[in-house]
Amino acid sequence: MKRMWLMLALLACLPAGAMAKEAPEMAADPALEKRVMAISEDLRCLVCQNESLAASHAELALDLRQQVREKLKAGASDKEVVDFMVQRYGDFVLYKPPVKPYTLVLWYGPFVLLGIGAATLFMFLRRRMQIGKQAQVAMSDEEKQRVETMLKNGIGEDKA
Amino acid sequence: MKKLVLIPLALFIVLVIFLFKGLWLNPREVPSQFIGKPAPMFDLPQLGDPSKNFSPKDMLGQVWLLNVWASWCVSCREEHPLLVEIARSGAVPIYGLSYKDKREDGLAALQQMGDPYVLSASDFTGRVGIDYGVYGVPESYLIDKAGIVRYKVIGPLTPQAWQEKVLPMIKELQR
Repeated sequence: MKRMWLMLALLACLPAGAMAKEAPEMAADPALEKRVMAISEDLRCLVCQNESLAASHAELALDLRQQVREKLKAGASDKEVVDFMVQRYGDFVLYKPPVKPYTLVLWYGPFVLLGIGAATLFMFLRRRMQIGKQAQVAMSDEEKQRVETMLKNGIGEDKA
Repeated sequence: MKKLVLIPLALFIVLVIFLFKGLWLNPREVPSQFIGKPAPMFDLPQLGDPSKNFSPKDMLGQVWLLNVWASWCVSCREEHPLLVEIARSGAVPIYGLSYKDKREDGLAALQQMGDPYVLSASDFTGRVGIDYGVYGVPESYLIDKAGIVRYKVIGPLTPQAWQEKVLPMIKELQR
């Protein structure tokens, strides 16, 4: 069952040429076509899922691009077109999901993790420094004397 | 200090649990935007008799199932016998939306496989499909008496989903 879905999806992703069905693609106006493509870049093709609407050759993608084209031609703003898509297919069509309560972890989670990592590293380094300091402080005067003698006379000489 | 070592291990286990759960999620099931919202309106010619139109407005006051299908869609054929069975049981009226399909092809398919639909509306351009957020036929929408979409099935309806989910919901809504 799943496999069949996959096959269908793959079929749908075949180049349009293979389907021998060239839709009335491309607006005559290059500036308009550029806007269509710019918007489609940021939208997910629902059939192929990992392809953008601009890159996909699925029939639904052709239809949706056509809709984008017509909406822009009719004077819709980029935001209106994107809203039209979100209304129908949900935030899932956006490659850049909006900041909402349930996407907070997605947006800011990495920074929180970075912060935790930095804090851990800081604490670790500080502890190590303190251990080093304690080791220094822990030497008594007598021990210092011993070290000095050792340095002067060579190891083993201090006991003499 | 030893306890600190366990933290990365714990994080790793949590990650594994999430990834494992992800194995069983179906990425094709995009949550529908229409659950709890009014079914988008349309007015389309009927497949059987193009001189007559069909609109969801005609269905106010009834619980009904809108099934998006096409003769070129393989999974629709898989789903079809169940639809015929449901139609026979009279549990809910099924209306079809013939999606991007030629009229002859649609009618031929129905003649061959049986016609579970009270009627089908013909969405030749696929515009209404886009309004309904259709991205993989078949899809079915359960619409309540007030014209609100209550449930959506993406892909073929299975006997299990029908028995466990859709039918109980229909009974609830019909009350």
